Amino acid sequence: MFWKNRWLSVAGILAVSAILLAACAPAAPAPKGQLQIFSWWTTGGEAAGLDNLYKIYNEQFPDVEIINATVAGGAGFEAKAVLKTRMLGGDPPDSFQVHMGHELIDTWVTTGQFMEPLDSLYQQEGWNNIFPAGVLEIVSQDGHPWSVPVNIHRANVLWYNTAILEEHNLTPPTTFDEFFEVAETLQDAGITPLALGDVGIWASTHLFETVLIGTLGAEDYRGLWTGETDWNGPGVREALENMKQMLTYVNDDHAALSWDQANDLVINGTAAMTIMGDWVDADYVAKLGTKEYQGFGWAPPPGNAGIYDALSDTFGLPANAPNREAAIEWLRLVGSKAGQEAFNPVKGSICARTDCDASLFGPYLRSAMQDWTRDSIVPSLAHGAAASEGWVTAIHDVMTVFVTDGDVAQAQAGLANACVDAGVCS
Amino acid sequence: MKGLAWDRVVSIVLITPSVIAVAVFVYGFIGWTGWVSLSKWDGLRPNYDLAGWVNFDRLLNNSRFQIDVRNTIVFTLLFLAACLIIGLLLAILLDQKIRGENLFRSLFLFPMAVSFIVTGVVWRWLMVPSSGLNTLFAAAGLDFLKSAWYTSPTVLHIQPESGLAQVLARVGLGGLASPNFGLPLALISIVIAAAWQMSGFVMAMFLAGIRGIPEELRDAARVDGASEVQVYRHVVLPLLKPVTLSAAIVLGHISLKIFDLVASLSKQGPGFATDVPAFFMFQTTFQGDHFAQGSAIAVFMLLSVSLLVIPYLVYNIRREIEV
Repeated sequence: MFWKNRWLSVAGILAVSAILLAACAPAAPAPKGQLQIFSWWTTGGEAAGLDNLYKIYNEQFPDVEIINATVAGGAGFEAKAVLKTRMLGGDPPDSFQVHMGHELIDTWVTTGQFMEPLDSLYQQEGWNNIFPAGVLEIVSQDGHPWSVPVNIHRANVLWYNTAILEEHNLTPPTTFDEFFEVAETLQDAGITPLALGDVGIWASTHLFETVLIGTLGAEDYRGLWTGETDWNGPGVREALENMKQMLTYVNDDHAALSWDQANDLVINGTAAMTIMGDWVDADYVAKLGTKEYQGFGWAPPPGNAGIYDALSDTFGLPANAPNREAAIEWLRLVGSKAGQEAFNPVKGSICARTDCDASLFGPYLRSAMQDWTRDSIVPSLAHGAAASEGWVTAIHDVMTVFVTDGDVAQAQAGLANACVDAGVCS
Repeated sequence: MKGLAWDRVVSIVLITPSVIAVAVFVYGFIGWTGWVSLSKWDGLRPNYDLAGWVNFDRLLNNSRFQIDVRNTIVFTLLFLAACLIIGLLLAILLDQKIRGENLFRSLFLFPMAVSFIVTGVVWRWLMVPSSGLNTLFAAAGLDFLKSAWYTSPTVLHIQPESGLAQVLARVGLGGLASPNFGLPLALISIVIAAAWQMSGFVMAMFLAGIRGIPEELRDAARVDGASEVQVYRHVVLPLLKPVTLSAAIVLGHISLKIFDLVASLSKQGPGFATDVPAFFMFQTTFQGDHFAQGSAIAVFMLLSVSLLVIPYLVYNIRREIEV
């Protein structure tokens, strides 16, 4: 009995040593170990797109174990809070999702030492000629690129139920006056004209930014973020008045719904339109089961024709990333044609690269790819491109109150204050 | 004598690690938060330069924070009242020596085993205006019970033109007739969820208190001809005062710090109707990068909880000394 046990333990030790030896096989040039990717992509097309990227990465580097560090929540509000505590605490992930523009630059780059510049990667991959100049400018600061854009989303899209509009002989409104006429007709017919889901208040800010664009036009809208357009001026007041009037046509329970639940109202025909980013396209694809879905159309929101309100998800390289080699290979994949073609048709966004194969995409995204090359491009407010996070948070607070009480003067004063607090206006 | 000294050494050695841990991780961080609240730390990079009281000054003038203070007071009052009344009623009912008392006791206590996050998510679904409870009420023909729940932007307050407002104005309290001193209806949804969770706990405290009252006292009252209601009114309730105070302290500090329930149920709510200081603190610190302002809110919350707890501790210590 005793001897038997002893042999068993010897055998056990041998087995364990064999496993350990196997694990210590001679090092290959390819990276191995772990790769921790931080994002807020947890549902639907986003998660599927991310998964496609992981699959390609695992084929290329089977020895790397990918750790999918996600924190759920629309527009990444919860995720960003978690990320900040990790970065400040000296525990960065190997790469993380961040919106291009001020969210990337003001939060992580100008504050110093959080990120590593990606000049050599951009040179090796020739990205300076492949990404559009406008995008390169937005991801760069002090002459260095700081992150790799994986996609481009459009924030200003009006989605509508074609059957409802046809039934009432209506067309998608192109001006605010047309919008209010259309909304009046729909409301008389017992249909909610505009679906809104602002349980996350960013959805109201999102609606407001399309109203700002539609009221001010591209140039004055851009000026808001540089201090050239006066927040106290008549343009912003008119935008707030328009917003106030639009809010009289939204569903009563908007404070209880998320953006996709609001879109459900359009899908099931209780509401006619919703103004939301083009991730709604992926929502239709997922819920209707086909890329070539019928019955739902898209148009620029009132006053937004010819303007592309853009945001982009990018991935950066934190300084002191624990698995730097693996992370650089990840960024190489994220910026590659294969990577972007695997990710974007599923996520419901267009490629940041200009050479993706249009035939992989559904009808909406093909039209967006065309608009992207000819429209005037402006940065999105609610999604981190236009303003620093502190500024966006202040605008969220103004919107939270405005959506409820509709006090235009107070909201305008609050917006002007927010610009001063952000250090852009004086 | 020697043995006693050795005991002392051992006790000091045993207690030292926890004293150090508490000193660093509780008081050390309280001090650090206090320092940050007086600093210029705005943006991700720490900046410990002294800014003075400016963060508190700006906080007190911040309209969102003013709403939060109103919400905290309203929530605390409603939550305490609901839990104490429901808890006491449940305890009295269970005290009737009913069959299956154990089962009911566990049943009422179970919600406490659930985290506030879960409670928040479940009640959020139950109280979505377009489905959930409202559908149930409609099906049962109880349409008058249908409600906008936590999506209601209404704040009940004294109307400025009303008679009551004029009376108040005469005694110099005209300011009370404003939404700043109102009751946001959306907050009631939060109170319902919170009371659902904590009433069972209060019931357990009251039940223990009732069971601690000698049966002879009650019998004596009955012999003197007191009805059951009078027994509770004049014998049981007065003897439950210490229990009520303890329950109120435990509930009060939960309600002053509440975050998870609000964050998972309604977030800031329409027009900040369900916003609380802790949620504002989270958003301004980790989403807006206003670390100094976030710390100022934390210090404010600490002070408000201290106002509640310190008098209680002093009272308890005094009583112990007397005994």
